[in-house]
Amino acid sequence: MNKFKTFGLGILISFFLSVSSNADTIRIATEGAYPPWNSKTEEGKLVGFEVELANFLCIYMKRDCVIVEQDWDGMIPALRLRKYDAIMAGMSITEERKKVMTFSQGYATEPATLAVMKGSSLEGMDTPQSINLELGGSDVKKALKTITGALAGKTVCTQTGTIHQNFLESGDVGSVNVRTYKTQDDVNLDLASGRCDVALAAKASFIEYAEKSGKAVVTVGPNLAGGAFGGGVGVGLRKADQFGEDSSFGKRDAQLLKDFNDAIDIARKTGKISELAIKWFKDDVSM
Amino acid sequence: MINSFPKLLGATVVTLKLLSASLIFGLFVGLFFAILRLNKNIFINKFAYGYSYVFRGTPLLVQIFIIYFGLGQIEYFRTTFLWVIFKEPYWCAVIAFTLNTGAYTSEILRSAFQTIKLGIIEAGRSLGISNKIIFYKIQIPIAIRQSLPAYGNEIILMMKGTSLASTVTLMDLTGVAKHIISTTFKPIEVFIVAGGIYLFMTFIIHNIIKFLEKKYSFNS
Repeated sequence: MNKFKTFGLGILISFFLSVSSNADTIRIATEGAYPPWNSKTEEGKLVGFEVELANFLCIYMKRDCVIVEQDWDGMIPALRLRKYDAIMAGMSITEERKKVMTFSQGYATEPATLAVMKGSSLEGMDTPQSINLELGGSDVKKALKTITGALAGKTVCTQTGTIHQNFLESGDVGSVNVRTYKTQDDVNLDLASGRCDVALAAKASFIEYAEKSGKAVVTVGPNLAGGAFGGGVGVGLRKADQFGEDSSFGKRDAQLLKDFNDAIDIARKTGKISELAIKWFKDDVSM
Repeated sequence: MINSFPKLLGATVVTLKLLSASLIFGLFVGLFFAILRLNKNIFINKFAYGYSYVFRGTPLLVQIFIIYFGLGQIEYFRTTFLWVIFKEPYWCAVIAFTLNTGAYTSEILRSAFQTIKLGIIEAGRSLGISNKIIFYKIQIPIAIRQSLPAYGNEIILMMKGTSLASTVTLMDLTGVAKHIISTTFKPIEVFIVAGGIYLFMTFIIHNIIKFLEKKYSFNS
């Protein structure tokens, strides 16, 4: 009996509470490992489309901001624990995420795509150039069927906790042998090494990797959007009611949502989002 | 919290598989290198010392990354037959864990061999038992008994070390916990359940070792 008491006590001790401070500076989290959305230079400096956009949004809001780095897999829980106030990390607005957080209006959207190494049997997959899962219809069904056939028996790699993982596990493309990684960099490494037969991620991240590494990574199949892929990338924020709408936390969070939406309006109207998008994606992915 | 429990229990099987494979291989590796350490030849001795020095002196996470991502980068390596094994995350993890625990085990066993009193070996010799039989029937059993407390510690450390398998895509207890968190966004609850399962495994291992220690105690 005594042994079980010791065991129970051990569990009790492992409970702990975390309290974080809150200054008036807005803390914005990014991953720093998902180029061209956000990445890090060799000196460890955060750069990328969202890092620059975040700085402009703060100027429009007339607020002081700090951009902090956070691993992708702990991104949403840490937001909820008030480790920072906002997420700008290529995070798509999805119904699933909206259950625990909220989003500003979208600022950019970019399709997802499959990628393989040159010489793969998946090259030349016969599908339309792009499909929108939201629209449905026979074209989409046919394309999904083609993808299902192509992925059968293959190891498909993607980053943990992403819209891409959700899509692969949604059943839209049958039962897939999914392997998940902590970062997109790891996915790219294992695609190049041959451990992964196929990978799924934002199109730009494959193009960027192919360019920078010189590896023969090619994208295949249609550009994917809608459905599990969500409705564009927005600023991730806490729901105002998470800490009670009338509490000071709740009021601050509600104000932040409004401020970010207004700032994005300004950035869009002045053409800033498009300008940055073209700079980083070589393509206007703004919305 | 309740819903995640069956999934986590399923993943515990993967953790236990990784642990038992690494411990079994690691014991042989450890015994082999412990014997090399006792060799009088300086090169053999230094080689075994170098192995344990490197694997005890670097973090397990670094070792697993070098074996998994590092070797996978070498194009030539991918054309060799070894790639069949190293292509699989499971075997990369087992190899990394085996080499790591093997290094610690070799040190534990070496020190146990060195604590065996010369009188015991001499007693064997005076009875006309060959050196080989003295080694297998006297030295090894005593060394194993001597090393039980330290080895029990090593098993528990290794059990916790297996959580690093999730960094190379394996769906062990930690991997599945992270996966559940990525859809439920509830890290505290899920990690407490996972932590509880780890704690329970420690509890079991600890008691098995205690039982063995008692059973093979010199005083009984």
